[in-house]
Amino acid sequence: MTALLQSGRPATQGSRHRNTFHLLPKDKVRRTTVPGMAVVLLLAIYFLFPVYWLLISSFKSSSELFSTSGFLPGPHFALFSNLAHLFTYDGSVYLYWIGATVLYALVGGGAATLFAAMAGYSFAKYQFRGRGAMFAVIIGGVLVPVTALALPLYLMFHDLSLVNTVWSVLLPSMVSPFGVYLARIYANRGVSDELLDAARVDGAGELTIFARVGFRLMAPALVTIFLFQFVAVWNNFFLPLIMLTNSHLYPIALGLYGWDSQTQYAGAPPFLYSVVITGALVAIIPLVVAFTLLQRYWSGGLALGSVKG
Amino acid sequence: MADLALSAPAAPAQRTLVKGRPRRRGAKPTWQPYLFVAPFMVLFAGLYLVPICYAIFQALYSNHSSGLGLGVSTTAFVGISNFTSVFTSGTFWSGIERVIIFGAVQIPVMMVLALVLALLLDTGLVRLRRFFRFAMFLPYAVPGVIAAILWAFLYFPSLSPLVPLIHHIPGAHGFNFLGQGTVLWSIANIVTWEWTGYDMLIYIAALQAVPVELYEAARVEGASERQIAFRVKLPLIAPAVGMSALFSIIGTLQLFNEPTILRSLTPSVTSTYTPNMYAYSAAFADNNYHLAAAVAVSLAAITFVFSFLLLGFLAKRRALQ
Repeated sequence: MTALLQSGRPATQGSRHRNTFHLLPKDKVRRTTVPGMAVVLLLAIYFLFPVYWLLISSFKSSSELFSTSGFLPGPHFALFSNLAHLFTYDGSVYLYWIGATVLYALVGGGAATLFAAMAGYSFAKYQFRGRGAMFAVIIGGVLVPVTALALPLYLMFHDLSLVNTVWSVLLPSMVSPFGVYLARIYANRGVSDELLDAARVDGAGELTIFARVGFRLMAPALVTIFLFQFVAVWNNFFLPLIMLTNSHLYPIALGLYGWDSQTQYAGAPPFLYSVVITGALVAIIPLVVAFTLLQRYWSGGLALGSVKG
Repeated sequence: MADLALSAPAAPAQRTLVKGRPRRRGAKPTWQPYLFVAPFMVLFAGLYLVPICYAIFQALYSNHSSGLGLGVSTTAFVGISNFTSVFTSGTFWSGIERVIIFGAVQIPVMMVLALVLALLLDTGLVRLRRFFRFAMFLPYAVPGVIAAILWAFLYFPSLSPLVPLIHHIPGAHGFNFLGQGTVLWSIANIVTWEWTGYDMLIYIAALQAVPVELYEAARVEGASERQIAFRVKLPLIAPAVGMSALFSIIGTLQLFNEPTILRSLTPSVTSTYTPNMYAYSAAFADNNYHLAAAVAVSLAAITFVFSFLLLGFLAKRRALQ
């Protein structure tokens, strides 16, 4: 099972040509072809257009949403009044949503990354009884649909009186089986046994070695695990939908879903469309910023996780 | 250092003195590996293994209300009868059928798009690579629910800039993104928009791990860029492609967010549109947790079957090569 998920391509493949052909341009040939460029341009428009629409619509007033062209910016600058509506509507509940989402994503993502790093390091660097069986069960966990777990979790948390508390969303966010799978790869490739043995010879304990050597060497790749768990929690919808009834604990996505459904009710305030649109824009900004700033880390981590075991 | 003191007696055989200090090289740590896996395993057991068992257990019981339904309801063991009602109900199978039709079209389309983009952006056939990579990946940073809300606006006739545009096309005058026959593909479009960039990035990452020397060797032997793409690159990133197919299949079978959000706009999406929506409405609209548990367990079982079929297929292919 684990073997299936890992590629067996030897790392040295192809490198024997290194000296023979080093005179060829090192970087790949740069040639622009018209059909290739056309395909990429068309798809870029497809991927960017909805975000562009969101951006220009956030600057429009509610009436302009329906009266002006959806392709062009509106004549008036209404972003600030939209933001004012967004942050005050429904008793400023949006501010609570931001706080709750940040809490779930930061704490859940942080804990999930730490636990995955420890477990992955252990699976990679130690031989112990039950190692193979445990890892197999965890990989099986990757295949379990999260939504299939959410219903029984609700019933369990209901019995434990955890439903409708922060913990009902936070605890499940701390577990990332795929993170363990990735962390094990990172530890295998990034942490050398010689270094660990050298630390042992120097008299360091195993916990110290993990904290001072293992964790630090894995850290750049762990950014990937953190970021992907952060996004998964930020995007979480099914679990909080089931667990939470107190709207102050909602993550942004669930809250916006509620408002979005309300736009269809008779008697909904006319500015509600603008509130949902502006709320959506505000919700995606932190993620876009995080991905842009951390690109260097996660693209490397992705490379390790996707090809080699 | 507590761990040193505790681990020392565990391997007395290796305790030879080097420069007056116990030599630890090669000493097998005994309890530390378990300590490292403990936090994860405890949470994993509590939040994965126990719920699965609990769901199976719940699915074997049923509520019976005595008298006129107003009295005390009692829970009784009913064996597999919840499962038989799931498997004999048209609702469950029509949901499964719908997500399978959805996946059979959406997954290949998305993977081909992602592969084409990855190969184009990797070969350097295209200028402004960094910008395009960012553009394609941007939707992944948009939370799924918000992406669905966003597209719902673009589908909604009175707000959408696209609908009037499409209505100008001859023969498409009455086109509606949210109609009975179109809404499934409108959902497929949302999913494709969200995940293509993610798959593309995984493929690009895999392509970058291929040594440049391999391409150069092929080039020197006269291979065209296209031949290199199909004969050299594609086989090398096959494991990454297989993994993304696996995650797409799992994701498709548990489709929930996008149809749930479109449901507030159109009656074409019913409350039992997908298997997960069926489980949700059984639990929270009908208060039948036992039936909902049976639906969840059945869906997980079907997911496992699909996952193992794919993994088996991939393993077989690799063995043949």
